Amino acid sequence: MTGTELIWRIAGGSGDGIDSTSQSFTKALMRAGLHVFTHRHYPSRIRGGHTYVEVRAAEHEVKSRGDGYNFLLALGDSFARNPQDEAYYGNEEAKPLSENLDDLREGGVIVYDEGLLDESEIDDFDQRVEDNDWHVYPMDLRGIAREHGREIMRNTAGVAVTAALLGMETDPFEELMSDNMGGDILEDNLTVLEEAYQQTAELEHTHELEAPTAEPHDDQQVLLNGSNALAYGAIDEGCRFIAGYPMTPWTDVFTIMSQHLPELGGISEQVEDEIAAAALAIGASHAGAKAMSGSSGGGFALMSEPLGLAEMTETPLVLVEAMRAGPSTGMPTKPEQADLEHVLYTSQGDSNRVVFAPGNVAECYDQAREAFRVAYEYQIPAVIVIDQKLSGEMTNVPESHFDREPNPDLGSTLTEEEIAEAPHHASGKFNRFQHDPENGVSPRSIPGQEGGRYLASGNEHTPQGHISEDPDNRVAQTDRRLRKLDAIREDLDSTDLDRQTAYGPDDADYGILVWGSQQPTVEEAVDRLNDDGHSVKALGVSDLMPYPKQDVTEFLESVEECLVVEMNASAQFRGLTQKELGRFGEKLTSLLKYNGNPFEPGEIVEGFDVQVNGGSEPPTAQVRLEPATGD
Amino acid sequence: MSKSFSAIGSAAQDEEIDREVFTPGIEPQATWCPGCGDFGVLKALKGAMPEVGRTPDETLLVTGIGCSGKLSSYFESYGVHSIHGRSLPVARAAKLANPGLEVIAAGGDGDGYGIGGNHFMHTARENHDMTYIVFNNEIFGLTKGQTSPTSPKGHKSKTQPHGSAKDPIRPLSMALTAGASYVARTAAVNPRQATEILTEAIEHDGFAHIDFLTQCPTWNKDAKQYVPYTDVQQSDEFDFDVSDRREAAEMMHETEDKLYEGEVLTGRFYVDEDRRSYGEEKRSTGEMPEDPLAEQYFDDDYDWERSYDLLDVHK
Ligand SMILES: Cc1ncc(C[n+]2csc(CCOP(=O)(O)OP(=O)(O)O)c2C)c(N)n1
Ligand code: SF4
Repeated sequence: MTGTELIWRIAGGSGDGIDSTSQSFTKALMRAGLHVFTHRHYPSRIRGGHTYVEVRAAEHEVKSRGDGYNFLLALGDSFARNPQDEAYYGNEEAKPLSENLDDLREGGVIVYDEGLLDESEIDDFDQRVEDNDWHVYPMDLRGIAREHGREIMRNTAGVAVTAALLGMETDPFEELMSDNMGGDILEDNLTVLEEAYQQTAELEHTHELEAPTAEPHDDQQVLLNGSNALAYGAIDEGCRFIAGYPMTPWTDVFTIMSQHLPELGGISEQVEDEIAAAALAIGASHAGAKAMSGSSGGGFALMSEPLGLAEMTETPLVLVEAMRAGPSTGMPTKPEQADLEHVLYTSQGDSNRVVFAPGNVAECYDQAREAFRVAYEYQIPAVIVIDQKLSGEMTNVPESHFDREPNPDLGSTLTEEEIAEAPHHASGKFNRFQHDPENGVSPRSIPGQEGGRYLASGNEHTPQGHISEDPDNRVAQTDRRLRKLDAIREDLDSTDLDRQTAYGPDDADYGILVWGSQQPTVEEAVDRLNDDGHSVKALGVSDLMPYPKQDVTEFLESVEECLVVEMNASAQFRGLTQKELGRFGEKLTSLLKYNGNPFEPGEIVEGFDVQVNGGSEPPTAQVRLEPATGD
Repeated sequence: MSKSFSAIGSAAQDEEIDREVFTPGIEPQATWCPGCGDFGVLKALKGAMPEVGRTPDETLLVTGIGCSGKLSSYFESYGVHSIHGRSLPVARAAKLANPGLEVIAAGGDGDGYGIGGNHFMHTARENHDMTYIVFNNEIFGLTKGQTSPTSPKGHKSKTQPHGSAKDPIRPLSMALTAGASYVARTAAVNPRQATEILTEAIEHDGFAHIDFLTQCPTWNKDAKQYVPYTDVQQSDEFDFDVSDRREAAEMMHETEDKLYEGEVLTGRFYVDEDRRSYGEEKRSTGEMPEDPLAEQYFDDDYDWERSYDLLDVHK
């Protein structure tokens, strides 16, 4: 597939506009009919420091980052050139060039800004160029930008050079610029674009790489990341209240919701801490709104007690946990899937909640909707788990995926007319917890409704809401609360959505089990393995609680062996699977990665290869294989 | 629109409200110790509600955890008995979601000034339109008599056997500094004033903080610790302007010092009628909907926008 895909990496300093430039570039490719996928790498630093975005584009569907890349646009780190910064960080000038060479494929193309970078500063540059058959184009991007506009427009010059070298037209870029800017800025950018394109067209090209081409997409496509899709799912499910406190990468969801909610008649609150944030969401939900909050690992830890309050008072609540590498503040800008057990088991007591882990951008939308639906229907907290990878990566999704009706329904909630008919105490107080024994849920009233008053207590309480330590009542209440999960499992199984995503041939011998953001990468690996003559299928698991025992059992029974792929060191998902199913230990081998970077499909292919060929050596130094245990 | 929220605010005009409607019919007997000051808060609150003209169905009482937190069990209204120190964030979101509700939060001094101190500061700062009652008995009651943030310096307890080395917190000054627009202190031993102040606080359009002195005969043996008290508004000795921040601040300092010298001063210490409540501020910047959020969900004709219409920027 390598020949038909472009993987373009734009590298420079944080704050140099890498993000927005790559986004426009990606959109232009999408508009040209290609499938696109972006991977974002950035340090925990606001300005300066090395950062890159990779844009993968192909005629066929691309689900993950590729293995390595084939076009480098190295923009100088303009902030590192600030003399003051140099004093702090040393001279980082050559970094956008030197830092990225390891992953550049053979025959790849390098464009660098000779106004800001100098290849002679890299000792073995020429040798490596020769060894790898790289094609190098030093361009004075900054010079062009300065002469025809402003220095900041060197990104535009870089895009123009890319387009010229890959045989692309400039029209889509011009179109996008006109969409996003106006006046002199637009004029100058267009001039810079034109000038850089012309200069490059006049050069002698030594490389063979060309931009892939495609027929226009059948459907209108939109370019979204996981945070955005999740936020849109929440909005469509009627969420109009959000409370939060910033923490990477949860901040993305929080920001997007905050930007939209006021316009949609909703409310967003940035509050003093995460305990407050979750408590506010509970307060708003209790008072009759669809509400959510969320955080990343450390902030989610603070939400542990409010989470329990929602469980005990049976207040619907949706929380997002956008994982990053831990423990503690860990690696703020790096993905990991190591908070699984934290999310499943945090909070005291025999508690339960619903936990969903979407596997790709489109699923972020679907699972957010489901999380709200289930939380409000069953009066239970629902947690949507994503990670830094899924939260920030962008891909094209057909617009039609979002063409669905909003659902503002508050779930198991009564109107005043219904309250009047509902059971009340002798004193006239509403019997809030007069439970329907089947699914454990009894409809609630909303403060302000006539005749609906009741006490929602975090202490154990009777069906009437009185605080109680009566042993019989305690057992009955605990059992009922736990029983909700069975009802939810049945409910989820009966929906049209394929909750667990099966991939590959049904009758394959080998299985790969995966959860969350690594799902698409695994799918790509499965394609490659089957192309290579193996017989492999995958199951991407989205429901973590209640666990889809039947789906996973069927899957595991149908394969001889299974690789469990996840981004953590303690094989948490494999542990969960063995705990829930009580067997299959002898079939499950873990493939683990926890160096701060998500899997590349090739690493999964290699890991599989080592496993199948009987080896136990890890495919690379950064990936670990943990053999099956036998139960 | 369905009738679901139509009741809010209408009862006041229609009929007299009897304080007895705030007494639960078949609730268990209060489990507070005989002589506990918490009875006084309950009584004052029941007295204030008819004055305000609010019905139990229009009222949401959110409490924390502690003896004080049990208030919501013995008061007939909508209630949330939440978690230790967190009544304020629960309460203020309920108010934002449904501004028509009369929202009251309550808890102890450990609950409100200790574990919930951060929320106290920020809720006051935002000036939410709600009332906050802190049962100040200078002790942790429910957990059996440990030192609290308002215990006097040198106070000995099982967890501070050598006597507390900390100065007590200054709740009135804290509320003022943080931004509360109504600050008062009253005492359970003074039910008439307590009822009056509660009425005023609930009617106040902004964050009303009441440091409510409640004796704990079980752990603070001197059940008469707040007697005699002086009402600063009734006494000729104190002449200050409750709407003047500086004068109020000075008066609060004096009050807070004197409490531990045995002179109990109560009354209104700061009243700012002009400051807009948080909800109004938010509405003025376009961050709050004109229609109560909670009502939207019950309005069959409400026009729910969908994300599909936001997709243009992503194309
Ligand atoms: C997070 C948490 N920490 C500790 C407790 C235990 N606890 C319950 S009530 C209380 C103190 C109560 O003191 P105060 O707030 O002054 O109220 P009082 O009982 O005196 O009315 C404590 C520490 C708890 N419930 N939750
Ligand atoms: S311990 Fe103190 S505060 Fe608690 S009920 Fe008894 S007297 Fe009241």
